[in-house]
Amino acid sequence: MAGQVASGSRSGLRSALPLLLPAYLWLTVAIFLPLSAMVFFSFMTELPLSGKAWAFTLENYTTFFSQGLYWTLLLASLRLGLEVTLWCVFIGYPAAYVLAKVLKGRSREAIFLLVILPFWSNGLVRIFSWAMVLREGGILDTALNAVLPFKINIDLMYSYPAVIIGLVHSYVPYMVLTCYLTLQAIDDSLIEAGRSLGASRLQMLRWVIIPLSMPGLVAGAALIFVPVVGSFMEPRILGGRTGTFYGTVIEDQFVAVFNWPLGAALSFILLAVVLVILALASPVLRRAA
Amino acid sequence: MATTRILEWLGRLYIWVLLAFLYLPIIIMALMSFNVSPFYQLPFEWTKEWYASLWQNDQLISATWNSLEIAIITTIICVVLGSAASLALFRYEFRGKKFLQALLFPPIAIPWLITGTAMLIFFFGVGIGRGLFAILLGHVALALPYVIVVVSARLQTFAPELEEAARSLGANQWQVTSRVTLPWIMPGVIAGGLFAFAVSFDQFVVSYFLSTPGQTTLPVEIYAAIRKGFTPEINAVSTIIIVVSMALMLLTARFFKFGGEK
Repeated sequence: MAGQVASGSRSGLRSALPLLLPAYLWLTVAIFLPLSAMVFFSFMTELPLSGKAWAFTLENYTTFFSQGLYWTLLLASLRLGLEVTLWCVFIGYPAAYVLAKVLKGRSREAIFLLVILPFWSNGLVRIFSWAMVLREGGILDTALNAVLPFKINIDLMYSYPAVIIGLVHSYVPYMVLTCYLTLQAIDDSLIEAGRSLGASRLQMLRWVIIPLSMPGLVAGAALIFVPVVGSFMEPRILGGRTGTFYGTVIEDQFVAVFNWPLGAALSFILLAVVLVILALASPVLRRAA
Repeated sequence: MATTRILEWLGRLYIWVLLAFLYLPIIIMALMSFNVSPFYQLPFEWTKEWYASLWQNDQLISATWNSLEIAIITTIICVVLGSAASLALFRYEFRGKKFLQALLFPPIAIPWLITGTAMLIFFFGVGIGRGLFAILLGHVALALPYVIVVVSARLQTFAPELEEAARSLGANQWQVTSRVTLPWIMPGVIAGGLFAFAVSFDQFVVSYFLSTPGQTTLPVEIYAAIRKGFTPEINAVSTIIIVVSMALMLLTARFFKFGGEK
């Protein structure tokens, strides 16, 4: 490659351009231009398509800031994202630790694959499968009543816990994956050294293992928090009437109320929140890379 | 070290509990798709009725064909464009390369709700509108970064000296690429292609905003059916989808190590 570097960066670009252009053109047309169009659109009064008169306005944003409803929903979505992320840490981190440090060889590979396999399968269908488990007279209800001596009614369907359960189920493999990658990179002899110097298990965890695996935790948290804040399908299916969040309101603007400019403004505000979160996480991530 | 042994045993037990949490709902859904009662009542009685009635449901069948068609075309386009871009990013040094690589992350990191609604607005504005073509445009853009990342990862293991050697032996640029570089990165290309297929076939959010009643994909059709009310037919088709997408990912794992172990 040294030869090409020496031949100067301009000729490098000239050779690279034909190979790069189709891919980046496609991304521009289908991702970057739409995102810019959305910003533009969020400052309009009307769709400029149907021949209606339109003008520039800040109204879509003042609606967001003046009406408590949207604020409340954004906060509710942020809280949902935080809760789901914390559950994923508590459930996923120990699993990643066992995978990286306890299991060995073929069984580790097989179980690791089993843990992350559902993540790559259809998310909608997995959320739907929970509906069957959680509803009254569903599997959880039937199974618990068969085991327990007294009669109880489990009807978690259409509730906040149902949304949490479904989202944690969807995203916990992400946390296992990112934490496993950083935990696996920790040298076992480091842990042995600490132990032989008299550190207890908890001390090792607190002062060595968790700090060293921090990049994995942060990466997992960002990868989970961001999509959960923007989720709308999961709250709709599992939350029913309690499942109104910021994402479902954006969905409504586009498919039910048809107030696209307001929807664009709400989407853009969400995008800004997401970018701030990713920017906050990036120093930790860059340190890991 | 009795404590160590107990802790390790607890750890293994924990992993199995987690696996049960991950797989039980899916297994239950699959079982219920073979159950006689349409209201998921137990005791369980075996039937293939719901799979049979699936074949009568023209709406679901045509949505399935749309999904498959879009996923296949997406895969082909992404593999070609993605491999070309990965090669360029690997081979050449130029100003702005870091920026181009950074541009691959917004499509992955920005929630699909935002990308989907933005595409809807833009495609409407420029006259593409909604429908299968718009869905295809969107799917390729979503899957492309994954293909470039996966193929680039494979290229990292490639020794550029091999290209130099082939060139000094008189091979031209096309021969170098097709006889030396491509065979080496093939596992990455196949894994990338499978990724692209999975991203497209399982995609719901973006398809949802870009579909119209006649031109829709299977996940969108399922979402509509779920919101209208549960039917065992949806269980049946969902079971088929989950089996297909898991099988695809198992296949991908043969070519691409998710664990990062080389």
